[in-house]
Amino acid sequence: MGLLVLLVLAAGVLFWIVSAYNGLISLKNQVVNGWKQIDVQLKRRHDLIPNLVDTVKGAMQFERETLDAVITARNQAISIERGGAGVAATAQAESQLSAALGRLFAVVEAYPQLKATGNVSQLQEELTSTENRIAFARQHYNDVSTQYNTKQQQFPTNLVAGLARATPVELWEITDAAERAVPKVDLSLRPGVQA
Amino acid sequence: MSDAVDLFSQQQANRSRSHWLIAGFVLFFAWLGFGGDLILLEMSRGEPAGSQWDVPLFGLVLTTYGAATAVWAWKAGSGAILRSTGANQITQPSTEQERLLVNVVEEMCVAAGLPRPSIWIVADGDPNAFATGRDEQSAAIVVTQGLLDTCSRDELQGVIGHELAHIKNYDVRLMTLLAAMVGAITVVSDYMHRILFQRGTQRALGAVVPRGRKKGGGGVVLALLLVLWLLSWLLAPLISRMLALGVSRKREYLADAMSAQFTRNPMALASALEKIERAPAPTRCITRGAAHLCIADPLGRRVNLREGWLADLWGTHPPMAMRVSRLRGMAFREQKRARQASGEVAQLT
Repeated sequence: MGLLVLLVLAAGVLFWIVSAYNGLISLKNQVVNGWKQIDVQLKRRHDLIPNLVDTVKGAMQFERETLDAVITARNQAISIERGGAGVAATAQAESQLSAALGRLFAVVEAYPQLKATGNVSQLQEELTSTENRIAFARQHYNDVSTQYNTKQQQFPTNLVAGLARATPVELWEITDAAERAVPKVDLSLRPGVQA
Repeated sequence: MSDAVDLFSQQQANRSRSHWLIAGFVLFFAWLGFGGDLILLEMSRGEPAGSQWDVPLFGLVLTTYGAATAVWAWKAGSGAILRSTGANQITQPSTEQERLLVNVVEEMCVAAGLPRPSIWIVADGDPNAFATGRDEQSAAIVVTQGLLDTCSRDELQGVIGHELAHIKNYDVRLMTLLAAMVGAITVVSDYMHRILFQRGTQRALGAVVPRGRKKGGGGVVLALLLVLWLLSWLLAPLISRMLALGVSRKREYLADAMSAQFTRNPMALASALEKIERAPAPTRCITRGAAHLCIADPLGRRVNLREGWLADLWGTHPPMAMRVSRLRGMAFREQKRARQASGEVAQLT
């Protein structure tokens, strides 16, 4: 009888170890995949920029500096990421590129005739979409990474963390103050809608 | 805390619900058929051997029909729904609006971690949207032209996020199956009504029933069986539709919450829902059978405005005001949390 209880207990523990281990591995793969998704979207952004620059170049001769800043930031980001840079370095390079792009868009706003040509507005839509995709890919990556980090530190899963070779992964921190700003939230309680 | 686990159990639950639904559907048709055969056999007991109802014809036919419909619903259900709404697939976006839609869907797929579904537009002025499909790979998202015309980019994101949540939960599988089955049951029951209430059939039944009664004994059981069987026929369309409604109503709040999680912007979906609610016209291209698939009731029925048992029975969707206020609550908590977090960071540094 005692032996039976012991066997059942051992089986239960074994079962738990296997499922906890598999859970960690599955999360780890999700993190890796999440990072790949970011990579795909960053590449999309890098590919779009030469197009944009070519299109606006003619009309913006005297904004040479802004354009150059975008090109430099892009090339720098590509060269940094080609070497398989870590999360922090990539985040740094990309946030510089974001800042340069933001300035370029601010300048484009000042040229109505430029915006009126279909090509620019189309490119602008593509870049807006790409920026959103990068943000969502980053959000997805941070979500699964946080989950993975929490899981491997929590008791009792932390007991099998070594077995699964789980180490905490770096999150994509937002360095730019403008990017950190909380999105606008409308809290005005309109009449007729109870909150 | 454990979103992935929750999501997994959601998918799992919907998968097993789908299997039970199919099993129940085929069994129901078997009961309709074989039950009828049994009644006819009991009635013709006293007849000479040649004219007894000893081959379960109805049972075989109806069970085959039920099984075939289930297989068809599984394999081709979403295609049939798409065809019935007259939607056009966007393969190469040609206008600015279409490009925007494709971009928004692809963005939200990145957020949801889903492959890109096929994208369809219905030429209907009323804002609405739905998703269908068997799984993530075969999923389709349909929006009306009216939605593209009325919603801003952020609002569109919220709506698409809601539909992708249905795909991610495997809600689409369950609801597509339900839509196909509601249709199949309606067809058969209409047909049966015509047979049962035709003059000729009634006369034939009238000729058989008294003779069965005379024998006594099994009369009560036979009568009970007959009543139960007829009730099943009469109530089948009603019950199947209520089932479809009940399933969909529960899923809407969850899909709203998941959309907010994808976009981190609950207010956009809230304002999209308000815009959809305010549009007065019913969505003409979406028929009754597919109503439960949509983000908002395409028929604009008043019952969806209320809570309570009547609405629980008949509404396809929870009241819009409740959905909007829940989303506002999420936005408020989100903002509060962000403010607290930034306060804590400031204290630490």
